[in-house]
Amino acid sequence: MASLTDLVNLNLSDTTEKIIAEYIWIGGSGMDLRSKARTLSGPVTDPSDLPKWNYDGSSTGQAPGEDSEVILHPQAIFKDPFRRGNNILVMCDCYTPAGEPIPTNKRYNAAKIFKDLEVAAEEPWYGIEQEYTLLQKDINWPLGWPVGGFPGPQGPYYCGVGADKSFGRDIVDAHYKACLYAGINISGINGEVMPGQWEFQVGPSVGISSGDQIWVARYILERITEIAGVVVSFDPKPIPGDWNGAGAHCNYSTKSMRNEGGYEIIKSAIEKLKLRHKEHIAAYGEGNERRLTGRHETADIHTFSWGVANRGASVRVGRETEQNGKGYFEDRRPASNMDPYVVTSMIAETTIIWKP
Amino acid sequence: MANLTDLVNLNLSECTNMIIAEYIWVGGSGIDLRSKARTVKGPITDASQLPKWNYDGSSTGQAPGEDSEVILYPQAIFKDPFRRGDNILVMCDCYTPQGQPIPTNKRHNAAKIFSHPAVAAEVPWYGIEQEYTLLQKDVNWPLGWPVGGYPGPQGPYYCSAGADKAFGRDIVDAHYKACLYSGINISGINGEVMPGQWEFQVGPSVGISASDEIWVARYILERITEVAGVVLSLDPKPIMGDWNGAGAHTNFSTKSMREPGGYEVIKKAIEKLGIRHAEHIAAYGEGNERRLTGHHETADINTFKWGVANRGASIRVGRDTEKEGKGYFEDRRPASNMDPYVVTAMIAETTLLWNP
Repeated sequence: MASLTDLVNLNLSDTTEKIIAEYIWIGGSGMDLRSKARTLSGPVTDPSDLPKWNYDGSSTGQAPGEDSEVILHPQAIFKDPFRRGNNILVMCDCYTPAGEPIPTNKRYNAAKIFKDLEVAAEEPWYGIEQEYTLLQKDINWPLGWPVGGFPGPQGPYYCGVGADKSFGRDIVDAHYKACLYAGINISGINGEVMPGQWEFQVGPSVGISSGDQIWVARYILERITEIAGVVVSFDPKPIPGDWNGAGAHCNYSTKSMRNEGGYEIIKSAIEKLKLRHKEHIAAYGEGNERRLTGRHETADIHTFSWGVANRGASVRVGRETEQNGKGYFEDRRPASNMDPYVVTSMIAETTIIWKP
Repeated sequence: MANLTDLVNLNLSECTNMIIAEYIWVGGSGIDLRSKARTVKGPITDASQLPKWNYDGSSTGQAPGEDSEVILYPQAIFKDPFRRGDNILVMCDCYTPQGQPIPTNKRHNAAKIFSHPAVAAEVPWYGIEQEYTLLQKDVNWPLGWPVGGYPGPQGPYYCSAGADKAFGRDIVDAHYKACLYSGINISGINGEVMPGQWEFQVGPSVGISASDEIWVARYILERITEVAGVVLSLDPKPIMGDWNGAGAHTNFSTKSMREPGGYEVIKKAIEKLGIRHAEHIAAYGEGNERRLTGHHETADINTFKWGVANRGASIRVGRDTEKEGKGYFEDRRPASNMDPYVVTAMIAETTLLWNP
């Protein structure tokens, strides 16, 4: 209705210096996003200017009813693409009233690793390729798929165009611009091999900011699908059978890898990842065994392999990196539902701090 | 919904100098278009300012899985009518990591022909008449046709108006403006003889740019039909029986043909095309034998003939050209699914470089 839109789009900067801050956090499953808003004096440009807050942890599986307060610590702010003006989104992490990170708070440990002197000196860069599937509401069948049936086999859909090949582009394009507006370092988007599946990339971002940006980008995506009446799924294998799964490939480099002689550093790093394959896989997302089968552009979950330009390997090194003798590599193992705080810090820890 | 539209239409020029570049390429079938987007620093005014990129050729039938990278070389840029602002569309062609054009890259060879001094000196102009059919999604039956039946016979539909005669004009008109906005040299549109079939013309454009513009115009058309929930067909004979096919008549002239005495040059060029009729036909589009029957304003595929104002000929010379003794001619043989890089380069090669 005209009137409701007018109200939602009111530009408050004309009438008040108050702003709205939407505090975002990760809920008890480790994958569900939650948020609530509060009014503050604006403008706010730094998270340290924002007050801590709290929420009812017993409603998100993060605290018992008789001691339910969980404390929100603001960690990163972004412009709010929905409320616009001076309004903001605030990525937070969660603590007990006594100041301890709660068990589902994976950011706390990641921040420690990224502050480690060896790690900080190497300036780790991350480029994360977040894949996701759009589902029709209520029936949870992929967008564009006939209800009770299947579309034609994979082939025409990757980067495809046309009403019979591309489903949900308005969501993807709205998300791209909304993230750029918000200040997220979104570097691109593409339609994926399975129809109704898409990908966006965030990066290269340094250290912990990569995790913050992926979580807020996921939040913005879920807000947009909410408007569109479509459900977003981060399940790594939403449809069994001859249909691709969804991953969150993690591209990674350190200062040494980006400089002369970097290719040797890369090869040493990959060796270390190979030795800790099981530990990484255990932390790379629930249900990944349904996805990492050795088919559909994945490597089998029990096998560690790497190769140049090889999309069937656990780790892929680009041709350019091989040619230039320096660059970055791609860990293709993480599932779409991985926690980027866990994955990015673990890669840094294994390759920079850990010794076999 | 209003809010999704707000996001898709966000004007980012106010908050960032980053722009979105949509890289477009031709896929493994030689007629399927693919694209994906990346964020780059703007503004971009020339294709040479853009970085090369790469994509997963194993997902488009253009590379094996274990060596999957195909490199994209930006060749021509256009304004993006969907994202607007400073955002751009980029027409690319495809190479191996070693720098060789892949087999489906027809642009590379065309560019060589158009750079040949004898060809460049003649400044070849092309005007391409792209016909296409709009189909109802899911049933793949032409737009406006009753499902399970047929409309009244051809007669009333060519250049017509009215709900019972013109089907899909909103798509055609949106496409016309979008192409003009993007910088494509679109010279006109008309409703065609078969109901649900339309035509747009691009040109006169010089050398390779005619083909770049046709490919991007096709891309824009498929994006628009995607929005409209309608399927685009470039099949040369979408419906068997007493229904016209779809072609891509190619109008052609050289400097010599456009100057006094040009008509003699035209007649010699047509002679040469007649001698190489079989070679040209082989390169003028798959399935053309279903269309070039000698009926429905075509010449039989096995026969080469030309005539003034003759729409039943392989090549038609306009009355104006005959009267003035100079001008251009129309090769009516190419099918709607022809590759313009192949056809335009071949016409130049046969008439300017080849000798019997």
